Amino acid sequence: MNAIEVRGLQKSYGDVHAVRGLDLTVHQGEIFGFLGPNGAGKTTTIEILEGFRERTGGDVRVLGQDPATAPLSWREDIGIVLQESEIEGELTAREAVRMQSAYFATPRNPDEVLELVGLADARDQRAAKLSGGQKRRLDLALALVGDPKLVFLDEPTTGFDPSARRESWDMISALRDLGNTVLLTTHYMDEAQNLADRIAVIANGQIVAEGTSNELAEQVAAIPRITWSIPTSPETAAVPGRFGAVADGDRMVIETNDVLNVVNELTSWAADPANGATDALADLEIARPTLEDTYLRLTADAGEASAEPSTAGTTGRSKRGSRSRGGRR
Amino acid sequence: MSAISQLKNQSAFDLLRFRRNPAAAFFTVILPLIFLVLFTSLFGNETFDNGAKLATFYVPGILGLSIVSATMVNLAITTTTRRERGMLKRLRGTPLRPWVFVASQVVMATIIATFMTVLIVIIGRILFGVSLQFSAVPTLIITLLIGAASFCALGLALSTIIPSEDAAPAVTNAIALPLYFVSDVFVVTEDAPKFIEVIGNIFPVKHLVSALQPAFDPFVEGSPMEWGHWAVVAAWGIFGAVIAMTRFRWTAS
Repeated sequence: MNAIEVRGLQKSYGDVHAVRGLDLTVHQGEIFGFLGPNGAGKTTTIEILEGFRERTGGDVRVLGQDPATAPLSWREDIGIVLQESEIEGELTAREAVRMQSAYFATPRNPDEVLELVGLADARDQRAAKLSGGQKRRLDLALALVGDPKLVFLDEPTTGFDPSARRESWDMISALRDLGNTVLLTTHYMDEAQNLADRIAVIANGQIVAEGTSNELAEQVAAIPRITWSIPTSPETAAVPGRFGAVADGDRMVIETNDVLNVVNELTSWAADPANGATDALADLEIARPTLEDTYLRLTADAGEASAEPSTAGTTGRSKRGSRSRGGRR
Repeated sequence: MSAISQLKNQSAFDLLRFRRNPAAAFFTVILPLIFLVLFTSLFGNETFDNGAKLATFYVPGILGLSIVSATMVNLAITTTTRRERGMLKRLRGTPLRPWVFVASQVVMATIIATFMTVLIVIIGRILFGVSLQFSAVPTLIITLLIGAASFCALGLALSTIIPSEDAAPAVTNAIALPLYFVSDVFVVTEDAPKFIEVIGNIFPVKHLVSALQPAFDPFVEGSPMEWGHWAVVAAWGIFGAVIAMTRFRWTAS
């Protein structure tokens, strides 16, 4: 049995389609990164999986049950770290965890959980007095004290400084060693890359790419880009059309897998005094897009596609050939 | 953990939170005592036609205020705050049965109301010579229980119409304060204009206070059954419970 199984999930708010036919499979024991920009449908989807929201259509199974109709006992195996949830400030960290542990039939030992998240030394401090990072640890402790099989983490490091993020990453990785399945939402590609066994990229209410971070990189086939600055002087000859260069902001871009030959031809053309193009290739660069670039393009493309209803159901894979350039960044 | 131990556990933690919250302690515990001392000192030695001191009127009046404050005002504000800060949503994500949570709130508020009752009875006796009439203690207990349960329900109902944390104290006090004035809490409404009396009779606070009065009435005989007043208070409680059950939200707006 997979921890999470989603087929054709739909969620509409009136005329607004927040989630449009989303498929998702999360295996047991993996950390699954659910990646997408704000407003892509991440939180709506995760809240449907958590049983906080009703869906408009599609099939959802979380630990074998439909969250919309699951009995309360289903929640014994689920831990949730909400994006925005305050902790009772009058209670100490330890009291807060003990209070939460009483909601579960077979909780973990509260002190062990505090140890696990690195709050053992601060356990007698009032929650209101904890630092931001410590509060997030306490959030995690509250989610773990019920000894869940599946943990939802909704943007666990948003607003963290870099060192606090690193610490959280270590803690989340440790969850895998405990045998927990983790569904992690984030809008940081590096976070998903660092933590997740597999990643799904959501944009505009659909999965546009899915796989391990290596597969993702392959899937979106990071085609090398040859770029240079668009010449400012009007006397400089334009690059011949046969190269297929297109403008992207203030750069000209050629995407090709045949980098050596194209660069060779380009430079020969520019070097030939007869063409009057000596300045035509200022700041020439050859680069392979990073996964981050790819992610930004994927999600920007989906944003543009949303203007055309006919593209509903298109996946990232099939869109590769017809990608429009100059996506929003 | 069984539902009953969960209930005890949750009430205990909520009482602990109450005790550690200076604002809640002041408005629920200290302020009613200040009112009691002020009003009784100012007017307590005046007498009714039957010779009873006005102090025997203020003690049950302020006791009524304390019960409303510990239950309705308290729950309306804490429930709204918890909802808006995402604490209720976190609770909803656990296997805790919703009724256990709601019951624990009622238990917590009733314990505070009972504590206030004891405190006011003692202070009334020591400072103002107002004796609790032991024959009427059953009336007092029944009134306290019906009152606490009903005003808890009204507090939960109120929380469903309060849009934000900031609005919670304002809305709650805007409803409670005028009611105190038309409900024999601060002033006797016997000679008041007709409409004041009518308004007082419609809402539950005056009936709560009226049902509390026999316990401090030196001329009381036995333990009067205040069926009429209890019925009105309970009816409001049921109305509150229906609103609370149909409109309750676990997540912030």
